[in-house]
Amino acid sequence: MVQDPTLLKETPSQTAGPFVHIGTHPWTVGVEGVFAAQPGQVVAGPDCPGTRIRIEGRILDGDGQVVRDAVVETWQADPNGIFASPVDPRHERVATGFTGWGRFACSFADGAFAVETVKPGPVPGPRGTTMAPHICLWIVARGINLGLSTRLYFPEDAAANAADPILARIESPQRRDTLIAEPWGEGAYRFEIRLQGEGETVFFAT
Amino acid sequence: MSDNRPVGAGSLRPRDLAWHPPAHAPGYKTSVLRSPRRPLIAHEATLSEVTGPVFGHEAIGPLDNDLLRNFVAATRGDGEPIGPRILVHGRVRDESGRGVPGALVEIWQANAGGRYRHLNDRTVAALDPNFGGCGRTLTDETGAYRFRTVLPGPYPWPNGVNDWRPSHIHFSLFGPAFGQRLITQMYFEGDPHIPLCPILNAIPDARAVRQLVAPLDMDATQPFDARAYRFDIVLRGPRATWFENRPEGL
Repeated sequence: MVQDPTLLKETPSQTAGPFVHIGTHPWTVGVEGVFAAQPGQVVAGPDCPGTRIRIEGRILDGDGQVVRDAVVETWQADPNGIFASPVDPRHERVATGFTGWGRFACSFADGAFAVETVKPGPVPGPRGTTMAPHICLWIVARGINLGLSTRLYFPEDAAANAADPILARIESPQRRDTLIAEPWGEGAYRFEIRLQGEGETVFFAT
Repeated sequence: MSDNRPVGAGSLRPRDLAWHPPAHAPGYKTSVLRSPRRPLIAHEATLSEVTGPVFGHEAIGPLDNDLLRNFVAATRGDGEPIGPRILVHGRVRDESGRGVPGALVEIWQANAGGRYRHLNDRTVAALDPNFGGCGRTLTDETGAYRFRTVLPGPYPWPNGVNDWRPSHIHFSLFGPAFGQRLITQMYFEGDPHIPLCPILNAIPDARAVRQLVAPLDMDATQPFDARAYRFDIVLRGPRATWFENRPEGL
C-alpha cells in the first residue's frame, strides 16, 4: 500500500447560459449603473506602445448559424512578449497601459465581436522553444458546457508559426489553419470560430 | 530568482475532463450544435495559460457584493427586493486545498420570481424594480468571499416541453492563471428540481453534481434577517508549484 496524496476535485463547469451578460456586460442588457468599472473593455490603453490591431470575429454553430449570445475573453502578451501578470517573472517590464485581458459580448444583431489591441510579441515556450505571437481566446455561451479555449495566430508570421510548439501539436495543416486569422485591411484581421462541422476550429485542453 | 525565466512546463495540473459535463450532452439540446466533435488538442500549460489578469480592489465598489442594495442604489430607489434574503459565502481553494486570495468572483441570477433582468428573458414572471441580479467581489487573503442576495426562483425554459431550471446562481471565477478560468452554477440543498435538470445532469459523476449543491449553513445565518448557504469552490492549480517546477535550464 502507498500513501494517498488526496487532492480536491475541481468544481465542475456549467454553461454560462443565455443571460451571461448580466454578470459580464450588465450595461448592455438593461442593468446600468450597478458597477462603476467595466472590466475587460481596454486591452491596451492609449499610451501603450506597439502596433495597433483590430480583430473582427464571429462564432458559427454546427449548422453554420451565427452565435449571437456568446461572450469571448482574450488574453495575450504585450509587444515584447511579456504578460501583465505577477506569474510572469518579467512582469515589471510590461508595456504601459497594457492589461492583456479583454472580454467581449457578441452582438445580438449579427454575432460580431471586435477586439482593439496591440500585436503581441513572441512568448517563451516550454523547453527553450518560442511561441509565435498569439492571442488566447476563451468562449462561453448557452449550450457550451465547459468554456472553449483556442488561440489566434497571425498570417504574416509564417516562419514563427511553423516553429510554434503548440501549433506543432496539430497534425493536419488544414486544422492548423483554423487558428490563423485572415488579413482584413490595414491593421485588421478576421477570425471566424466554427464550433462544429466543416472547418471546425481547433480547441485546446491543458 | 534570475530574470527572464519562463514558468515551467506542466505547471498547471491537467484538467480532468471526465469530471465536467461533456460538450455534447443531447439532453441539453442547445449543446448539440454548439459542441466541437473533434478531440481537444492537448498541450502542457505554457506561460500563456499560467499567467492571467489581475484585479485590484480599486475596481470593486462597496455595494458590488450586496445584491439586496446594489441595484436600488444604482437606480436611486429606496425599496427592498422581494424574496427570501440569503447570504452566499464560501472559500475559493485550489486542488491542494490552498485558499486563492484576490480571485475575482462574479455572480448573476434570476430574481425571486425566476425572471432575469435581461432583454432576452421573456419569462412571464415579473421584474423586480429593486433587483438587478449581478454582483462581484474579490476573495480575501484566505480565499473567502461573501454575497448578500435573494433566493432565485426556479423558471421554465425551452428545452423539453416542460423543463424547469432549479434555483441557481451563476458563478464566474478567475484564479491567477487564465487556464483556471471557470464558469459554473450553484444550486440549493433540497431543491426538488435538481434531479430533473438536463443541464446539471449532463455531469456524469454524481459526486461532481453534489459539489455544486450548497448546503444551508445555520451557523452563518443572520437571525431575523437572512439565511446562509455555503458554497466552496475549487480551481485548478496549485499555483505554488508553478515556481517550484521549473525545468532545468530555464
